[in-house]
Amino acid sequence: MSLQMSREELLHTYKTMRTIREFEERVHTEFATGEIPGFAHLYAGEEASAVGVCLHLDEKDSIASTHRGHGHCIAKGCDPKAMMAEIYGRKTGLCGGKGGSMHIADVAKGMLGANGIVGGGAPLACGAALTAKTLKTGGVAVAFGGDGASNQGTTAESMNLAKVWNLPLIFVLEDNGYAEATASAWSVSGTPVKRAAGYDMPGVQVDGHDVFAVAEAAREAVERARSGGGPSLIHVVFSRYYGHFEGDAMTYREKDEVENLRRTRDCLNLFRERVGEAKLLDAGELDAIDAEIKTLIDEAVAEAKAADMPDPLRDLETDVYVRY
Amino acid sequence: MAEIQPVVMPKFGLSMTEGAVLDWHKAEGETVAPGEELMDVETTKITNAYESPVGGTLRRQVAREGETLPVGALVAVLADPSVPESEIDAFITDFQANFVPPEAGGEGEEDAPRAQKAETPQGAINYLEAGGGSGPPVVLVHGFGGDLNNWMFLQPLLAENRRTIALDLPGHGASAKQTGSGDVASLAAAVAGLLDALSIESAHLVGHSLGGAVTLHLASTAPQRVETLTLIAPAGLGSEVDADYIDGFLKASRRKEMKPVLQRLFADPSLIRREMVEEVLKFKRLDGVDEALTAIAEACFPQGRQGLSYREALAGLSCPVQVIWGEADIIVPVSHAEGLPEAVTVTRLPGTGHMAQMEKASEVARLIEGLMGRA
Amino acid sequence: MSKKSFRQAINEAMHQEMERDPNVILMGEDVAGGMGAPGEEDAWGGVLGVTKGLVGTYGRERVLDTPITESAFVGAAAGSAITGLRPIVELMFVDFMGVCFDQIFNQAAKFRYMFGGKAKTPLVVRTMYGAGFRAASQHSQSLYPVFTHIPGLKVAIPSSPYEAKGLLISAIRDDDPVIFFENKMMYDDEGEVPDEAYTIPFGEANLTREGKDVTIVAFGRMVNLANQAADALAKEGISCTVVDPRTTSPLDLDTILECVEDTGRLVVVDEASPRCNMATDIAAQVAQDAFAHLKAPVRMVAPPHTPVPFSPSLEDAYLPTAAKIQEAVRMTMNAAQREVA
Ligand SMILES: Cc1ncc(C[n+]2csc(CCOP(=O)(O)OP(=O)(O)O)c2C)c(N)n1
Ligand SMILES: [Mg+2]
Repeated sequence: MSLQMSREELLHTYKTMRTIREFEERVHTEFATGEIPGFAHLYAGEEASAVGVCLHLDEKDSIASTHRGHGHCIAKGCDPKAMMAEIYGRKTGLCGGKGGSMHIADVAKGMLGANGIVGGGAPLACGAALTAKTLKTGGVAVAFGGDGASNQGTTAESMNLAKVWNLPLIFVLEDNGYAEATASAWSVSGTPVKRAAGYDMPGVQVDGHDVFAVAEAAREAVERARSGGGPSLIHVVFSRYYGHFEGDAMTYREKDEVENLRRTRDCLNLFRERVGEAKLLDAGELDAIDAEIKTLIDEAVAEAKAADMPDPLRDLETDVYVRY
Repeated sequence: MAEIQPVVMPKFGLSMTEGAVLDWHKAEGETVAPGEELMDVETTKITNAYESPVGGTLRRQVAREGETLPVGALVAVLADPSVPESEIDAFITDFQANFVPPEAGGEGEEDAPRAQKAETPQGAINYLEAGGGSGPPVVLVHGFGGDLNNWMFLQPLLAENRRTIALDLPGHGASAKQTGSGDVASLAAAVAGLLDALSIESAHLVGHSLGGAVTLHLASTAPQRVETLTLIAPAGLGSEVDADYIDGFLKASRRKEMKPVLQRLFADPSLIRREMVEEVLKFKRLDGVDEALTAIAEACFPQGRQGLSYREALAGLSCPVQVIWGEADIIVPVSHAEGLPEAVTVTRLPGTGHMAQMEKASEVARLIEGLMGRA
Repeated sequence: MSKKSFRQAINEAMHQEMERDPNVILMGEDVAGGMGAPGEEDAWGGVLGVTKGLVGTYGRERVLDTPITESAFVGAAAGSAITGLRPIVELMFVDFMGVCFDQIFNQAAKFRYMFGGKAKTPLVVRTMYGAGFRAASQHSQSLYPVFTHIPGLKVAIPSSPYEAKGLLISAIRDDDPVIFFENKMMYDDEGEVPDEAYTIPFGEANLTREGKDVTIVAFGRMVNLANQAADALAKEGISCTVVDPRTTSPLDLDTILECVEDTGRLVVVDEASPRCNMATDIAAQVAQDAFAHLKAPVRMVAPPHTPVPFSPSLEDAYLPTAAKIQEAVRMTMNAAQREVA
């Protein structure tokens, strides 16, 4: 696999993956203190997918995300501080505290929302792709979805629709081995690549721990979509480090599964090894990024905790067209 | 006699935590004899006239009519007219300052006796023990469709002086729902089974309605186990029984159907409260209860009549026996109390329905104590 | 009889019915613990552990994990119901009904009538509803009025562990499709529940308080709040009847009307969004059939007409509370006094 990235792209890729990791590790520890309300589904271990794909996108492109959306948001350019505040339910949050972890969105940045409904994103991505096609913006859309989501009717219907309308759309099927406690090896019949073929759509499977592999596959799919070549599918295979949501004891997994993965297949470690071997970036530069990101996330948490909660009297009944 | 006596919110049954004073039967300044009705107390299950445990002049109605108070709270003060008002005031202030209401669902409830189950050849029998002492205990046997809660007013009164055991017959309450043939003999065998399981050689039996026939059966087949026998509106002494009650009870599955059925049991139908109806329905909803009750009804009350007579058996009993009957009973008519053997004492209670042990608990308790004194 | 949680009561109902009737099956996401995973068996028991233990007893042929394909498996349940099984479907959050609604309201709900009475559809869809869990807009709705609206569906909303077990057993034995609403905030609530199986008839309201001044009708978790409000009001000398209809379809309107006739005042507490919910429905029916008995305008206590917000400060303000119910009751009392004056 080639490492055809500019120095800027390499730095951006590493920094974004590190931001996601630091963000998620921090949500993990903060969640355990009980201060973060509700559900949190963490993306740690899966960073290479969001980053490798979004590397090729800009603000005219849209993505539809999932309940495990923090990584997609950061990769698409959402402000981590505003995201953290949102997760804490603060007024300064990206959605004013109304959405929370599962509904972080920044439509201006082409981030059409994390999603509480499994399979809810793919049809929306079809719509964003239709807009791009109709208005000839040159934009594309990406539908992120899990292995679990790949079994929803909405996903199947969207694949067919994208094909018959020849939409500039990429389906990124993030297969982390599980949907909640159910293994994808059991729940997904056939293979995603064969499913794509069934719709006469190109499909590839890539190693999701390897950001270069993801980036390469995504480059090809995005170029195809931008140039009018229609939809395609990328089947990203990897693993999540934490439970389905915070609080999940993961007893359905093998004991040392995650530990082994962290040691041998971690996307950040693999990146460091590869750029080190190829002498593209030196470790000191990467360490400096790590430190910078750590400070950023420290500040994000501190600012989120210090921020005000929304005011029920003022904020509960705003963003609606009628009150009663 | 300068004594000041408090009257507090009574605890009817084991689960009561609070009650409301519905209305006063005595005005301030009137004299009250012990056992005279002082006020009506309403709980979520039933409304009951409360008989004053003490005598004297009613000096103060502390509870307003309609006021809900926890068990143990001060409701009235009795004292001789000579006691000055200021002393009454001081007494009330002092009582209120020291009163700690029992916490609902708190420790008090944990301490309260709980029903238990005993294994018998007739299946598990649920029973509730209260009181203690070494003599033969009192065993309380309810009627058709009833359960051990039918003794909620009476059992605590009897338990002041001795061990008491109220049980659920097979097919009833929390006892096993298999009834076998469901006839009186099989029910009596279950009562004997419980006595065996608890190693009780003999007991004072109190049977109500169908439970009366059951205790009669036991007394005639195992006389050595029976010290005295109190029959409250018993079955087995005539052929009539209120078929509307039996049928209605079997068929009712809804509050609106059940309430009028239960109201037939009491001389004053307004006594029945929401929770009593709900408790009966809770029981009736259990799997197996319909079948059990139908079997018992068919065996004991075929074609809406009483199937068996124990008049002869009654004549042959050697232990002290009494019969207590509400004059307004429409379930089993009080006329069945006529023509009984000389030795059987009969007490007819005016203004009382089928549930004398609830409607006139204190009086029934005194009668039972009296009979036991003769044993 | 022993103390059981709402979760245990529901689990026990399914256990006893699966034991009693071999045609009862259960399906849903992770209800058998998660198929194909290498770790512990029966690891999950559904997302909040309500079905735990069932697969161990009844096996994978009767306790079926599903892929995330609600439309297909809810529809499959409906299809299996008209062909001889008695499926219980766990549809995790009622919000996901959006994915599979056709199979419920166009298919299952209509078979009996549309096929001229020749079909039975003994289907139960168990589903979580309700706000307060910080689960945000797509996991917090109280959508029972939507189902109540549709002829052919029955809708049950238990308000306690006792109610949950009895109503669920009734639902499983019922030959019509039943949508069974479990408030996710109540799973750890405890109460006395008989060990034996029992049924609670549908369309039979329960009175959890009996009073003479104001009737409060409430559903599901709101019943507990209404009880709290009634107890607090009793100390002020206002006595309330609290009606728990138990099922919104069929609805025991008779009992509601009787209580309104007795008290002359009505407050309806509904966790569902305020337009076209149970509160508006009951208020309308009371206005039609008991208008002459009303001493004061009917008051409704419901959330504002917004999606359920995520932030705790907003969500707490969103939900009805005992204090809001008390306030509404007092308003009906004061309204009456003004009229008399
Ligand atoms: C329509 C719908 N069904 C079920 C759920 C509950 N749920 C949330 S995430 C999830 C698993 C999703 O698995 P997958 O798509 O593989 O994503 P992952 O969690 O592995 O990232 C499920 C079942 C939901 N949110 N929406
Ligand atoms: Mg997955």
